Amino acid sequence: MRTRVVRFAEWTRPVPPVTREIASALPEDDEGRPPVLFVPGYGHAAWAFAEHWLGRAAARGYPAHALSLRGTGGSGASPVTGLRAYAHDVVQVAAALPRRAVLVGHGAGALVVQHALARYPARAAVLAAPVVDGWPALGAALRANPLGTLPALAGGRLRLSRRQLFGPDLPEEQAAAYVSRVERMPARAQWQLVLHRAAEPAVGHPPVLVLGSPDDRVVPRSSLDRTASRYGGAPLLFPGMGHDLMLDARWEEPIDALLDWLDKETAL
Amino acid sequence: MSDDDTPHVHDRGDAVCVIGAGASGLTAVKNLREHGFDVDCYERETSVGGAWNWRHDRSPVYASTHLISSKPLTQFPDFPMPDGWPDYPHHAQVLSYLERYAEHFDLRPHVWFGTEVLRVEPADGGRWDVTTHGTGTAGGGERTQRYAAVVVANGHNWAPKMPAYPGVESFRGRLIHASAYKDPALLRGKKVLVVGGGNTGCDIAVEAAQQAAACWHSTRRGYWYAPKYLMGRPADQVNDELLRWRAPLRLRQWLYRRVQRLTIGDVARFGLPAPDHRPYESHPIVNSLLVHYVGHGRIVPVPDVARFDGPHVELSDGRRIEPDVVVAATGYLPRFEFLAPELLDADDTGRPDLHLHAFARRHPTLAVVGLLQADAGIFPLAHWQSVAVARWLRLRATAPDRAAAVQDRESHRPLRRWSRTTVVDTSRHWFEVSHTDYLRSLQTLLDELEPAA
Ligand SMILES: Cc1cc2nc3c(=O)[nH]c(=O)nc-3n(C[C@H](O)[C@H](O)[C@H](O)COP(=O)(O)OP(=O)(O)OC[C@H]3O[C@@H](n4cnc5c(N)ncnc54)[C@H](O)[C@@H]3O)c2cc1C
Ligand SMILES: NC(=O)c1ccc[n+]([C@@H]2O[C@H](COP(=O)([O-])OP(=O)(O)OC[C@H]3O[C@@H](n4cnc5c(N)ncnc54)[C@H](OP(=O)(O)O)[C@@H]3O)[C@@H](O)[C@H]2O)c1
Repeated sequence: MRTRVVRFAEWTRPVPPVTREIASALPEDDEGRPPVLFVPGYGHAAWAFAEHWLGRAAARGYPAHALSLRGTGGSGASPVTGLRAYAHDVVQVAAALPRRAVLVGHGAGALVVQHALARYPARAAVLAAPVVDGWPALGAALRANPLGTLPALAGGRLRLSRRQLFGPDLPEEQAAAYVSRVERMPARAQWQLVLHRAAEPAVGHPPVLVLGSPDDRVVPRSSLDRTASRYGGAPLLFPGMGHDLMLDARWEEPIDALLDWLDKETAL
Repeated sequence: MSDDDTPHVHDRGDAVCVIGAGASGLTAVKNLREHGFDVDCYERETSVGGAWNWRHDRSPVYASTHLISSKPLTQFPDFPMPDGWPDYPHHAQVLSYLERYAEHFDLRPHVWFGTEVLRVEPADGGRWDVTTHGTGTAGGGERTQRYAAVVVANGHNWAPKMPAYPGVESFRGRLIHASAYKDPALLRGKKVLVVGGGNTGCDIAVEAAQQAAACWHSTRRGYWYAPKYLMGRPADQVNDELLRWRAPLRLRQWLYRRVQRLTIGDVARFGLPAPDHRPYESHPIVNSLLVHYVGHGRIVPVPDVARFDGPHVELSDGRRIEPDVVVAATGYLPRFEFLAPELLDADDTGRPDLHLHAFARRHPTLAVVGLLQADAGIFPLAHWQSVAVARWLRLRATAPDRAAAVQDRESHRPLRRWSRTTVVDTSRHWFEVSHTDYLRSLQTLLDELEPAA
């Protein structure tokens, strides 16, 4: 894939605007660190990061923001959804920040971030438990949760189960509460997880970190490795955790590792 | 020569010099930095924004200026304008956009404000000696620094092109060039003659229609006036829909005439001269109001100005009118006073001959960004030009053999590839391109310059 400079779709059919929900946590003193923008995966919204990760990032000096993709959380609904619209939402929020932002995408949000990286020169990017190659993710989902996955193939709702999202350490009640918040995504957006054109290369040469769990039942280990090697590295692994790294019992570990990496990559 | 006569030349090593911090200069700084270059940008004004910064004396914008290219076709391809802005933002919004761009990408630390470039001279090994001086009241002496490459982004819409009319010295009214026109207070209650049928002339004629006692609009030929909206969408987006499906020029010209027939009808009925060229053969005028005010009798179309005579202006058809104010919206000329003309292969009229209107043919480390007129916004074109320049300079440094091969291939590319449009032969069309043809050519170059995988 190469960067295409003739962009008729974007020129002639601009993505219609929506109101966007953004959750933020700001450090007490602005020491000039780059803002971090968290992008939730399908079914999740800004709340998933507001739970733990935003506060942690802010405590370590990073202005932290999370958005809800159009049609989810508190963001407005739009007749136009799908990867291009979601990437547009991310770039709009990033470009409104005062400095070049770090983009962190989780799950399918990582795929959205890949597409956003082709349209915005991020300071750095993190793909957490990235659902970027559709077929292996579909295979894994069918194995782990056939009943929740099959209807989605016919355009129905994709249901994610507790077993897919969380490790065994998260209290049952808490897990059930999170699972109940997972929202339905439009059929077209679901299909795009499998059938999408590979994103164009990232612009502006951002460093990219891939992290995930070998026990994630949404993203197979082989897929994590493949994604990381595309960016010339190996994934950072957090064994025992489920897909939802930001909500699972040991949520501190991945965010701390992510922020350690950012400290190094964006040293002032 | 004694040491005292040779000013000390400070060598800036591999750094690149960018001249100007308007839209083109800013995107050049950003993209060169992204490709790993150290950059020194010189800007004679004290802030960014170039033409769009109405505080600058040389800014050509006037109070009512709005973009004529719609948002998606105007914004930088990697830094969109906010969703909440209208299709055609106001010039103050465009300035705030450029200021935010500079802020977001932390460009200001690389810009030396209040510093004018006086001379750019070739030095050994493809390098350049750049002489600057401070423009502030403090002034400051000249200073010369040596750079590995120079990117000129000085804009081409600030040096007025003023016609030499016989008898102007005798004129009793007020004659100004549009560059000095800021807001309609100047026109209120006056009889106004606006000369020139570019976008500036049409905008000012419309303001005069709204504010002045009378308005004549003088053009030396007929034009095609495009509306800002077609079928409920910005007209440039509709036009690109046709380009997307590669509708042939003839078909697009036929459609253009059809649409015009259905909306305005015959311009001659309004007293406007019929165009002496086909649609798309002159720089697009995007103005929904000009014909509207002609139809209301608020603008009286008149032919070219022949001479000035005391209180009168005589027109080419012999008619005499008595305007209080004459605004010459006759356009601008490119100026590169700091460069010897041969460096840009400029001819006697000052028209440079550059590969893709950007690369000096005989100086691989000299490029110009933003020297274009297009049927879309300039920012995206300047962005991709500067990405190409950055990639080119990188390739030259890292893989000279491949760079030489690219240069060879590019130098054999026919001019028509990137400037297919046939246009009326006047100086304002020197740099006219179709943004799609132009970007396709840049795409080829960018692909060639891509670092080997
Ligand atoms: C009234 C008007 C409306 C326009 N509307 C549109 C539109 O709708 N869409 C569009 O895309 N374009 C429009 N344009 C074209 C406009 O010129 C470009 O959008 C854009 O401003 C070009 O940017 P630039 O950086 O190339 O040049 P400029 O904006 O002119 O910037 C050049 C900078 O270089 C500096 N400079 C020059 N010489 C020197 C020197 N020797 N040393 C140091 N600094 C120097 C200048 O001070 C200036 O800041 C319009 C132009 C005009 C006149
Ligand atoms: N966003 C906006 O609203 C906006 C507003 C204004 C300008 N602009 C842009 O700014 C740039 C400059 O525009 P501009 O209108 O200032 O200049 P321009 O496009 O160069 O137009 C100059 C006009 O004056 C005429 N002219 C030139 N010399 C003349 C002479 N000696 N005698 C009589 N007529 C003469 C030209 O006629 P010919 O046709 O014969 O050349 C043309 O009609 C363009 O790119 C334009 O699109 C944008």
